[in-house]
Parts: sequence; C-alpha cells; structure tokens
Amino acid sequence: MNTTTRIWPRLAAFAAAAIVIQLSLSAAGKVYYLTQLTMAVYYAIVVMGLSLLMGYAGQVSLGQGAFFAIGGYTSAFLTTHNMAGYRGAVWFDLLDKCGVIVSRKNLYDDTLVLTVAPWLAFIMAILLTVVIAAVIGYPSLRLRGHYLAMATLGFGLIIHCILIGSPALGAADGITGVPGLSVGGLAVSGKSAVRVQNYYIAWAVAIAVLVLLRNLVESRMGRALRAIHDSEAAASAMGVNTPKLKLEVFMVSAALAAMAGSLLTHYNEGIGPSESSAFKSVRYLALVAAGGMANLEGALVVSTLLVFLSLRGWFGTYDNAVFGIILIAIVALAPQGPFRQLGLWMNRYRSLYKPGKEARGGAS
Amino acid sequence: MVQALQYFFSGVTVGSVYAIVAIGFNIIYSATGVLNFAQGEFVMLGGMVAITLASFLPVPVAVAVAVAIVTLFGCGLELVFFRRLRSHSVLHMIIITIGLSIVIQELALHVWDEKVRSLPYFTGNEASSVKLVGAALSPQVIWVLGTAGVVVMLLQLFYKRTLYGRAMRACSSNPEAAMLVGINTGNMRTAAFGLSAGLGALAGCVISPISMTHYEMGPGLAIKGFAAAILGGLGNPMAAVAGGLIVGLIEAFSVSVIPSAFKDVAAFAILLAMLFLRPHGLFGCPSGVSVREV
Repeated sequence: MNTTTRIWPRLAAFAAAAIVIQLSLSAAGKVYYLTQLTMAVYYAIVVMGLSLLMGYAGQVSLGQGAFFAIGGYTSAFLTTHNMAGYRGAVWFDLLDKCGVIVSRKNLYDDTLVLTVAPWLAFIMAILLTVVIAAVIGYPSLRLRGHYLAMATLGFGLIIHCILIGSPALGAADGITGVPGLSVGGLAVSGKSAVRVQNYYIAWAVAIAVLVLLRNLVESRMGRALRAIHDSEAAASAMGVNTPKLKLEVFMVSAALAAMAGSLLTHYNEGIGPSESSAFKSVRYLALVAAGGMANLEGALVVSTLLVFLSLRGWFGTYDNAVFGIILIAIVALAPQGPFRQLGLWMNRYRSLYKPGKEARGGAS
Repeated sequence: MVQALQYFFSGVTVGSVYAIVAIGFNIIYSATGVLNFAQGEFVMLGGMVAITLASFLPVPVAVAVAVAIVTLFGCGLELVFFRRLRSHSVLHMIIITIGLSIVIQELALHVWDEKVRSLPYFTGNEASSVKLVGAALSPQVIWVLGTAGVVVMLLQLFYKRTLYGRAMRACSSNPEAAMLVGINTGNMRTAAFGLSAGLGALAGCVISPISMTHYEMGPGLAIKGFAAAILGGLGNPMAAVAGGLIVGLIEAFSVSVIPSAFKDVAAFAILLAMLFLRPHGLFGCPSGVSVREV
C-alpha cells in the first residue's frame, strides 16, 4: 500500500471539483441540487470515520447511525428545549452569566424561549457521544468479528428503541424547529439564502476531516492500526497497546458521526429517529465497502455521490436494495475495493498485449 | 397469578420461536463458521411463501411446500455466495450476510408489498381459546410449542443417530479430519444452510397466525435469536433452546415493569450484557471459545 501519497494535489482537486460543481449548477439554474449535495457531504464524514475504524483498524461497527443520532438529538434537544421555567435556579443563572443561554421569540405565541446556545450544544453533542462511545466501546472492542458486529448492532437498536419510545425526544416524529448554528458570521442553516455558503462549509469541514484522518493513518498510530488489522496478536507482541488504540479509534469515529449528526440537524432544522435505524448503519457500512475500505478519499467521493443520488430519489423504491447489492457485489467481485479491483483488471488486460510482462497485483 | 401465568405462556411462545432461530444460527455457524445475519429472513420468507400458497392450497400443504422452497433457497445461497468465498475474512462474511439480509427484505417488499399478513389459524380461529391451568391460550400457542418441541427432538435424533447428522457434526468439529474419512464437507455446508433455512421457515409458518408476517420482521428476530444463541453458548444447539426461552420470558415479563415501547430494549440489553460478561454463554465453558481478544 502506498502510504506516502502527497495529499495536497488531491485536496486541491477536491476543492476545485467542489467549486466547479457549484458554479456549473448555479449556471444551469439548478442551485437546489446543492442542498442534497451538502447533506451528502455531511453523511460522507460519518463514512470517513467508519472507514478509519473498519478499513484501517479492521473493527466492524453497526452503531454509527446511533452515534450520528445521539449527536443530532443532543444538539436538537438542547437548542429547542425551553428552559424559561428554570429562571431563578442557581445553575441556570450561572449559565446565563457565562453567556451560553440564547433567547428567541416563539413564532406562534410570542413567548420567550430560552435555550442553550447552538455552539455549546454542538460541543456537548460531541462530548456526550464520545463518552457513550467509550462506555460501549470498552467492553465491545474486546470481542472480535461477528460478536463485535452483533454488540454494536444491539447497541444501535437500543438507541433506536429509546428514541422512538421517548415522548421528550418527539417519539416517532423526532425534533423539529432546530435553529441554525452560527459562528463568526457563518451559519449552518437550511435557509435558502445561505445555501451556497453552506455547501462550502460542508466541503470545508469534510476536507478538514480528510486531512486530519490522512495525517492520522500515516502517522505511527496509523501503522499500528494496520498492524491490528492484519494480526492483533502480532501487533500486541510488537508492543502496540491494542485495546487502547482500538478504543481511541472507535471514539474518533463516533465523534465524527456525532459532529456530522449535529451539523446536519442544524442544516435540516430537525432530526428523526430513522437516522438511528439499523438500515442507516448498514448503509454507512456499504459506503465504506464501496469506497474501498481503507481508502478515505474513496469513501468521501463514493459516499457523496451515492448519498446524493439516493437523496435525489434516483434509486426509487429500490433505495435500500441498492446498498444491499453494493455490499454483496463488493465482497463477491472486488474484495479489495472497486478502485483497486479496476486497477487489477486493467493490469491484467494490458499484460495480455504485452507478453513477457507479468500482471502486477496490488498488495493486499 | 393468572396474569403472571399469561405472561409466562406468551414468553414461552415467543421464546420457542427465538429458540428455533437460535438453533438455525448454531447449525450454520458450527458447519461454516459464518454467523448468518440473514437468519431472520428465512422466518419471514417461510411465512410469506406459505401465505401466498395458502390462497390456493390447504394450509398443511402450503406450509410443507413453503418449508421445502425456503430450504432450497438456503441451499442456493450457500452454493452461490458462500462456497466460492470460503477463503474470505470474517469482515467480508459479515458484510455479505448483511447485504443478503437487506436484499431479501427488499425483494420481499416488492413481491409482497408492505402489508402485514398472516396465515389462518391451524385449528380454531382468533376467538377460540384453550384453558390451561387457569390461563387462556390460543390453540395456535399449542401448535407453536408442539412444533418447537418436535423440532428439537428430531434434530437431536438427527445429530446423534443418523449417519448424515453424525457427518455434519464431524464437519463442524474438524473439517480436515472429516474430509479424510470421506465426508463431502462442501455438501455438508450446503445441507446445513438448507436445514437452517427450513427450520426458520417452519417457525415463520407456525408463528404467522399469532404475530403476523411482515417484510421487515427479519432483523429483529435475528438479533433476538442471536441473543438466545449467545445466552446458551454458540455452538450448542440444545442450550440455544434454553436461551430462547429465557429471552422470551424476560421480554414478556419486562412489559409489566417498563413501558411496552421499550420491550425490545430488554432483549437487546440481555444480548449486550451476555456479550460483555459471559460471551461463551451460560452453559459453555470459557476455554476453547475464542470470541475475545487478549
């Protein structure tokens, strides 16, 4: 595996592609496509996080949807739950003095609504998710293979049941009316006036995450992760603290899911329990596989494209089936990922016409 | 008291279905090392096919044909997907069974739409009831319990007494040695898939009049069946029966303590607790089971 690929040319290509897409959509008068693209880019962040965990460290998680939902619901709950009734309580006044309480008028009856500031809710969402990931990851990651998959699936289903069954969290309807998240003049919000701006915010966040994860996997930690993927016992014997490292990566991937969940909730102005369904988690798994497992750029490109098509309704009633077929097809036809498999086929094809030169396979 | 008895019977009823699903997990896992995430789909398919056939065939024939069809379907899955992929990693196996689970559900959605269906009651109807030590039971409950009991006994006989069953056990305990004595291990694996699918389909038929058949019922059943299998200890089909009954009973009695919206949480919490504390199961021994790292 070529780990020393220069990243800057690729980043420039991503940025250029993002700009070209925006300009051509604006020129074609199809600016509304940007809304689904923005959402797709946020989902791609979850997929990159899972790619780190699954592709690099070799640990399956079917709980990413749950982490996404925990992040989104925390943000949604804190920024919509009216705390006006707590005025006068010591802790509330203290929070108010710190400037983390924002007020707005209720749209319908002009009553005062006091909630936690969105930026603080965003931070709390990530922190809460990381803590939950640590609590659930510590015992789960001691399990291997099928057992780990089942444990994370069970955790995801528990979260799903809780979200659907809790009236305080809107039960089956979820939470709506979530305000935008604005920091220093930039606002993550679904208002059509800031659509183009939000498209670039999403790309900026995604590219920042990509750089971060690239640096991570090319560091000492990344090499240790790949060692765990190949053989946990061998990695352990070479002095890698495998339980600690696996837990850290699990927490990073959960944090990224929560971050995407929180941002997307602000962008969509709401969140529903379907985000935590097993289908969503499986979809992330399919996207990681389609991106080529241990391939962060692949994950970003493929999931942005596929999620965009899915959100545009291209797959019609076969939406879930498409992702199921992707899972089967990748494993059956291209277990190394579609890009590397394509390369293998092309090499084989070329070698047919260049006698004497062996077809070179990609290292597994 | 009567209420507790009612809970008890409802727990035993769903528990015996979980038990059959758990046995299905065990059969495939011990023969192939694959944990089949699509196990619940066999149950759904069994119910759906039988319901379709029952519209023009008598119910017993419809059930028999449905079980046969799903058995063949299970064999087909092994032949098409798993036989070629034996060398693949656990990660790939997990991914492919999850993919199959989704594709089968989506196929069912397009073939049978999203309506909730059910087979007619095997005897009597939804109003008829049987009094058993003070609790009122639907006659279908007797059918479910009877079927589960017969299945477990026949399976035990099959594994212990028949040549084929012994060969299958030999395959799971040591495939190389089994091959050396002339057992066709590949065919045994196919047979294991078929057997597991057939059992699941049978469970899907007998439970259909009570708990209905729906294209999305598979994953929930699969994970509860897996909880039962883990509770008993994976690789031990008979302990899975005990596991299934325990999960069913806890679920039934949990309704009296927590809101019924959280009923499923109880079963999933047991699964997590077992995985974290005793992944080798209540009856298994820790040594020789390598489910944990470190």
